[in-house]
Amino acid sequence: MAGRGPAGRSGAGGRFAQFKLVLLGESAVGKSSLVLRFVKDQFDDYRESTIGAAFLTQTVTLDENTTVKFEIWDTAGQERYKSLAPMYYRNAHCAVVVYDITQASSLDKAKSWIKELQRQANENIIIALAGNKKDTVDENPDKRAVPTADAEAYAKEAGLLFFETSAKTSYNVKELFTAIAKKLPLDQAGPRNLRANPRTGPLDLRPEATGQQGAGNCNC
Amino acid sequence: MSQHGDQVEHEVQDVSSDPHRPPLPPRPSTLSFFQDGSKPNTSSRPPTRAGLVSRATTALSVADANAFSSGSVRNLRSVSSQNISSPSRSKSASRTASETADDSSIRSLELSSEHAQEQDSIFGEAFHNKRSDDFGLDSGFLSTNEAREETELVPQVDFDQEFADVPDEHDDDELAHNLWKAKKKHFLILSAAGKPIYTRHGSDAIISSYVGIIQTIISAYTSWDNQLRSFLADDTKFVILSQTNLFLVAISTLPESEVQLRAQLDALYMQILSTLTLPTLSHIFSVRPSTDLRRPLQGTEVLLSALADSFTRGSPSTLLTSLESLRMRKAHRKIINDTMVKARVDDLLYGLIVAGGRLVSVIRPKKHSLHPGDLQLIFNMLFEAEGIKAGGGESFLPICLPGFNNRGYLYMYVSFLDVASEAVRELDIDEKIAKEDAVAIILLSANKESFEDLQSMKSYLIHELRKNGSMKVIHRAVQNGRPLPTDIVPGTALRHFLYKSKGNVQFFMPSFEAQFSDSQSRRQLFSIYGLLHASVHAKFATVKVQHMVNTTCSALAWVTPMFELYCIASAGTPRNALAQNANKVVQYIQREEERIFLIGGATF
Ligand SMILES: Nc1nc2c(ncn2[C@@H]2O[C@H](COP(=O)(O)OP(=O)(O)OP(=O)(O)O)[C@@H](O)[C@H]2O)c(=O)[nH]1
Ligand SMILES: [Mg+2]
Repeated sequence: MAGRGPAGRSGAGGRFAQFKLVLLGESAVGKSSLVLRFVKDQFDDYRESTIGAAFLTQTVTLDENTTVKFEIWDTAGQERYKSLAPMYYRNAHCAVVVYDITQASSLDKAKSWIKELQRQANENIIIALAGNKKDTVDENPDKRAVPTADAEAYAKEAGLLFFETSAKTSYNVKELFTAIAKKLPLDQAGPRNLRANPRTGPLDLRPEATGQQGAGNCNC
Repeated sequence: MSQHGDQVEHEVQDVSSDPHRPPLPPRPSTLSFFQDGSKPNTSSRPPTRAGLVSRATTALSVADANAFSSGSVRNLRSVSSQNISSPSRSKSASRTASETADDSSIRSLELSSEHAQEQDSIFGEAFHNKRSDDFGLDSGFLSTNEAREETELVPQVDFDQEFADVPDEHDDDELAHNLWKAKKKHFLILSAAGKPIYTRHGSDAIISSYVGIIQTIISAYTSWDNQLRSFLADDTKFVILSQTNLFLVAISTLPESEVQLRAQLDALYMQILSTLTLPTLSHIFSVRPSTDLRRPLQGTEVLLSALADSFTRGSPSTLLTSLESLRMRKAHRKIINDTMVKARVDDLLYGLIVAGGRLVSVIRPKKHSLHPGDLQLIFNMLFEAEGIKAGGGESFLPICLPGFNNRGYLYMYVSFLDVASEAVRELDIDEKIAKEDAVAIILLSANKESFEDLQSMKSYLIHELRKNGSMKVIHRAVQNGRPLPTDIVPGTALRHFLYKSKGNVQFFMPSFEAQFSDSQSRRQLFSIYGLLHASVHAKFATVKVQHMVNTTCSALAWVTPMFELYCIASAGTPRNALAQNANKVVQYIQREEERIFLIGGATF
């Protein structure tokens, strides 16, 4: 299996951590489909393009002691929503940047998202690159537009987790999210202290904290 | 027989100086309960919701509206207690009585010429109010003639066929074109430069020739300093809305008037504006008139199509340009309003609770009104299209509400709930839930960083609403559904009705149950409503009451300064019975007004 993250650390009993995860990538690469597979283990051949962004949660049990809850922002890939993206990734602990392995241009788009994340997002953000629609090339290898090796080499260089996935067959979907969960700083993690990441201090937007805005690194 | 109204063939108008502007009903640009002003809105204006864009909010005071209603209740009571003379009927009517009557308030209903085949089947008579200040519908005057023919009133629509995809041209050229032409209704949007932007049916290849023709026709008139607004070709009606370098075109063979089709085009235009904002839309075309707008609009086709299909099925809210509220006790509604005000966060602009596509509660700042067109836009996005609902429990999206400000975005937080279960859980991603069952909390802010605040407001709100029993109230109200006509008027002959409260910009209707539960019969019902509506809203129409008879039903439209009522009874229902029932419906609604309508929502 390609690019597994570091092994999970299990230890102190009953750990529960909550992380913000953002999905980015060109429209129609399958972001919402990956989320639907992850959250509901379903697939929909005719998904409507996301409007704005959808917020969902899903819990992953790493081992009997460790549960990780993802707060997921499934963003819209349409160009017109681009200026909203910083708001979603600014507080994110992790990001899944998705491209479609049958569309070379979608990898370019993914790379530009990754650059933006590395520049603008939380310094410790964990980024996974997902080449989706693996099932299509399994069926017809001619459809592949991005060789696995190319994307993998890029991911390695940029320090990303990398998976080829299929929301349709669920290939590598669980693995993708589990690998991220395992790479997250569970040791310092708790439902609370994760929100107040020292590095991003003022970005802590607890529900109670009203009027927090203008955190400054919005590039829109 | 005079042929007035929307049946003008090949109608070309200079929009700027049209002396024959149809006398449309007043369309308040704000819901009365959404604003504080007190000057009554009496201005009549064309039903372009896009008109909201540039128009300042005019106020319509709640007090006025209510004063009106109590007055009319008295009136109705006195009328309905009169003795009813039995109508004299004679088959194969001579219409001379109404023809010769030179009374402007009398008008015979003649079906528009585009329905020539059906025309014979219908025949309606003109009635008029005895006095214009008398809102009571007197059943005693119903003594005109009546004719019947054994033909269908309105065309059937096979929705499977209507909404089925048109295959691509290259598969079978002729077949594709025939399927395209067989559609009862088309919506096309093209740029002024003639680029196709949206079509409900068919691929670009199929529509390109039609788009070319349409653009040529439209621009021919434009070059003569005229604007082509509508024309008829056989039984097909074409209506064109020109807006900001766009031509929105409706092509319909259904019995719909120009006014009605124009309102539908307006809704589509509003959807486009809400995605792009007006400055962006103008800018795009000023920079490059040949821009392909489909790219910036990508992903909104489904919204446009969902809207278009709701019009094809028959949409009471678009026909009446008003919304429906969830019926509940006034005290219950007040608790919900108060809870929402209490839960509000600083960044909140508007807060709405909507259940089953019906308004439960609205809160807004004192200084900002909420425009009905904007509300309708939100409703359309959330309840006619699947997109946002299917996204999962919560969504956050930029939206331009043209009535509020067509130049910028607001940020809308939406949470769909399942209130049926004890837990009041959020919907799962992709959970298919019927429009009737979905409860949505909708919170709008001008601040794009407001998501977490709005989310926490929602959590608190749900918690409080559960604690004070309001969730149960909402759930019960949704479950109870709409009452049957017989629940409203025991033993009534009415099968269905639409009542629009003009002051509240809201409508009320009974359940579709039994008789109109399938989409075909519902479409037929709305075709009749469409005809009734057209007859009382047509150019030069001064009739306040319109009766219509055919083999399938007996129907009545009744318009007063306060309300519009459209009711339908089984064929053969005598007019006096219809009138009597209409009176009872109005009495019932005025008695129940504060439960049926959301009156004077909460401000902060
Ligand atoms: N064959 C195949 N199709 C997929 C896969 N994932 C998604 N799709 C299809 O690709 C289309 C787009 O998927 P979405 O999940 O809506 O894409 P998205 O990235 O969320 O798009 P936006 O919301 O517009 O940003 C849909 O028709 C899906 O059914 C996959 O793994 N295999
Ligand atoms: Mg999506």
